[in-house]
Amino acid sequence: MASDGNRPLSPHLQIWKWGPHMLVSILHRVAGSGMAVVGGLLFAGWLLSAAMGESNYACFMGLLTVESGAINIIGLVFGIGLTWAFFTHLLNGLRHFVLDTGAGYELQANKRWAILVVIGGIVATAALWLYILWTPLVMLTGGA
Amino acid sequence: MGNGTDLGRVRGLGSAKSGVHHWWMQRLTAAGNLLLVSWFLFSLVRLPNLEYATVTSWMESPLVAIALILLAANVFWHIRLGLQVVVEDYVHNEASKLGVLILLNFYAIGGAAVSIFAILRIAFGSAA
Repeated sequence: MASDGNRPLSPHLQIWKWGPHMLVSILHRVAGSGMAVVGGLLFAGWLLSAAMGESNYACFMGLLTVESGAINIIGLVFGIGLTWAFFTHLLNGLRHFVLDTGAGYELQANKRWAILVVIGGIVATAALWLYILWTPLVMLTGGA
Repeated sequence: MGNGTDLGRVRGLGSAKSGVHHWWMQRLTAAGNLLLVSWFLFSLVRLPNLEYATVTSWMESPLVAIALILLAANVFWHIRLGLQVVVEDYVHNEASKLGVLILLNFYAIGGAAVSIFAILRIAFGSAA
């Protein structure tokens, strides 16, 4: 028995060969936990600062923007990070709705949908920020 | 391993005594988030800017305020359910797990309360 190399592997993370389904599973948790903590605090803080008046709101927005009101590097990191987390979590959540019905467990289908979730999250984030930053980008590059 | 008593199987609540309630609420709030957070993100992007006057006058609209309140309740409920599963999976010491779960409940319910109060204060025009 001990010399048989064809036995099932014990379930240690280091031993499993990584696949898209495992990547999308942990990304779902990372994205969800990140939004839960960072997104939740920013959302509540943003609303509270607005409820506490204009100077408090300006103080809060000052953390994420420069003088002119344009987004700063911290705002970009939080903004891009949270929107990527949102799109990835959203797409994988839709994938989970399908899995909940008992569909999509065939090896090839499962792999295909997991890869599409990861790519879809990145593409949606890139498209959104291209849209948001289109005007400043055009101005930066000297276009019309 | 048996299948429990006849009565236990009819009730379908299992060893955690709550059956599939957690699982179902996570799906319900997920469906709610799909609509509400998408609407919120879309609305923020479509606002001409995020200055104080723009944002507060947007929130003074009843439909916006109602949607924001639903969003805050739904999001923090989903946060509570989702982080609970993460904590239960990764925090193994029983005392730490209990402590973190209590903090999580304070955070989720507190976050919802702060957000909803802030939305109402702005919507009713009493923000300083």
